[in-house]
Amino acid sequence: MSKASTTTTIDAAEAAHFGKLAADWWNPKGSSAMLHKLNPVRLEFIRDAIDGHWSADGSSFRPLTGKTALDVGCGAGLLCEPLARLGAQMTGVDAAPESIAIAATHAAEGGLAIDYRCADVAGMAEQFDLVTSMEVIEHVTDPADFLAALRDRLADGGLMVLSTPNRTPKSRLAMITLGEGLGAIPKGTHDWDKFLTPDEMQDLLRDAGLVAGEMRGIAFSATAGLHLSDDLSLNYIFTATRA
Amino acid sequence: MDSHDIIILGGGLIGQTMALALDVHGLKSVVIDPVDPAGTLTTEFDGRVTAISSSSWKMFDAIGIGPRMREEACPIRRIEVRDGADGRPLDFETDDMADPLGLMLENRVLRRELWAMIQKAPHVTRKFGVTAETLDRGDHRVTACLSDGTTVTAPLLLVCEGRYSSTRDAVGINVAAWDYASMSIVTALDHAIPHQNIAHQIFYPGGPVALLPMNPGTRSALVWSLPDDHAKAAMKLGDRAFLAEVSRVTADILGDLSFAAPRALYPLHFRHTAKMTEKRLALVGDAGHGIHPIAGQGFNLGLRDVAVMAEVLVDGARLGLDLGDAQLLARYQRWRAGDVMAVTFACDSLVRLFGLPGKAARAVRRFGLDAVQRAKPVKDLFMSEARGESGNLPMMLQGLRV
Repeated sequence: MSKASTTTTIDAAEAAHFGKLAADWWNPKGSSAMLHKLNPVRLEFIRDAIDGHWSADGSSFRPLTGKTALDVGCGAGLLCEPLARLGAQMTGVDAAPESIAIAATHAAEGGLAIDYRCADVAGMAEQFDLVTSMEVIEHVTDPADFLAALRDRLADGGLMVLSTPNRTPKSRLAMITLGEGLGAIPKGTHDWDKFLTPDEMQDLLRDAGLVAGEMRGIAFSATAGLHLSDDLSLNYIFTATRA
Repeated sequence: MDSHDIIILGGGLIGQTMALALDVHGLKSVVIDPVDPAGTLTTEFDGRVTAISSSSWKMFDAIGIGPRMREEACPIRRIEVRDGADGRPLDFETDDMADPLGLMLENRVLRRELWAMIQKAPHVTRKFGVTAETLDRGDHRVTACLSDGTTVTAPLLLVCEGRYSSTRDAVGINVAAWDYASMSIVTALDHAIPHQNIAHQIFYPGGPVALLPMNPGTRSALVWSLPDDHAKAAMKLGDRAFLAEVSRVTADILGDLSFAAPRALYPLHFRHTAKMTEKRLALVGDAGHGIHPIAGQGFNLGLRDVAVMAEVLVDGARLGLDLGDAQLLARYQRWRAGDVMAVTFACDSLVRLFGLPGKAARAVRRFGLDAVQRAKPVKDLFMSEARGESGNLPMMLQGLRV
């Protein structure tokens, strides 16, 4: 089987599932409530990574000024908009046209200039200083191809940030049995068998010519809510750079 | 159309402090108030004075006005609490080297320094003497059309209008309110015996009497809470008769008394809102809670709102979040709700405990005070509460910027 650079990594059924959710994506109390709660936690990690990688001033409001950024699997733009406010010249791509339409409208109404495209990252040509992809790799047809495509989008000296659920009994219980079962996460969002463990991820990254930075867990507790943690068993977020 | 990070409705002490707390971190606000305080800044002492907790003072340090006011503030080194004029004191003494329990500050000094700072704050747009004629809280921003013909927008509206906030009522945030059928007479007294930086709180069934040390060392503020009819009658007394009553209820602790300011009368209310936030809106200060001034906690509670809100917004801006994001408002609500409830009900319970007449209730109170006096951990907790230090302390109340 050939692995040309234009190989699509998008799973059509997955894209259709998220497209259906698009209309409610910006409602903090709607079907994407969990994503809204997750967003500040992801951003805390991403901000630290940005400050560390480019020696940015942690107290500045626009550390990405002069940088280009790409979010792959951007949905309705929950991550693109904060990164644009942090100063990035922002591009968001997603396989679901419904999501891209919602994202473009929301950013325009909010006065943010973001380049949204309904596209496959494998078919893109430009490179970006920052490449992010949150909770996407567990939905693609071939994670190795997907990582290679992300790597090709990374500019020299660029930074990649990815997050994904771990494949543990705990993540199955929390995200599928409880999360989807009780309606906190829309049904059919996850296929546990496609989740990757941190060790498997390290191997995939190495094969793609990438080096992983520190991996942090995103954990949940009744008192602290969702928070960054050393416990990787539920969900983890990490940086990667070119080897 | 002028866009800002925050619209602040209400430019009183809390609204101005809120604007400055954001300004020092580089967040842009516009402050809208129908009253232009430039005309009301008094140079003479007008009798109004506030007990600022040490942690609140640290926030004034962090925004730069603390050092400019320190000389004019009178530190409280000890609080003596008594049940009736003849009761034994329950004193919360503090070490001379540690932070004082609080600082007594004339409101006019605070108004003067806040106003001076607001004039030169680079990120504050001043709209004093201006009314917000329409307020639209949309999906993406709040838009306010002002009486000066301008329109301002921001992702978030902070309501700092005080306890009678009309904006709070208009958006339908319910206020649980009851009246104590009590009023406080407030004035300042010069006295023969130096106060030695001691604050006195003396409880009577009709309400507490507080004497709070001021500068110079022979002046104290009087806050005397009484049932409505008693308070109105006391206001009608001649100066000599009034001072004689004060000497009686304070057991002559401070010797001969004379007035340093006119008497003023304030009704006492209890107000509580379970909710401090709405879509793209948050209540800060007395708009969200109004409490019995029994322990001087109302203004300090408002300053804690300011410190928490500043930290939530600065953290949010550094993550690139929309400043009206529901997650940020939820963080403010979570952080403040417990504290406001605890202080509000502690003050309310004190009013009720000490408001009960009769010998049995008196014995219970005395037993309670003695027990607190003996139990060191409880006393330490009371002291840190008086300093405003309990709970998860925001950066600015530690004297730090976020």
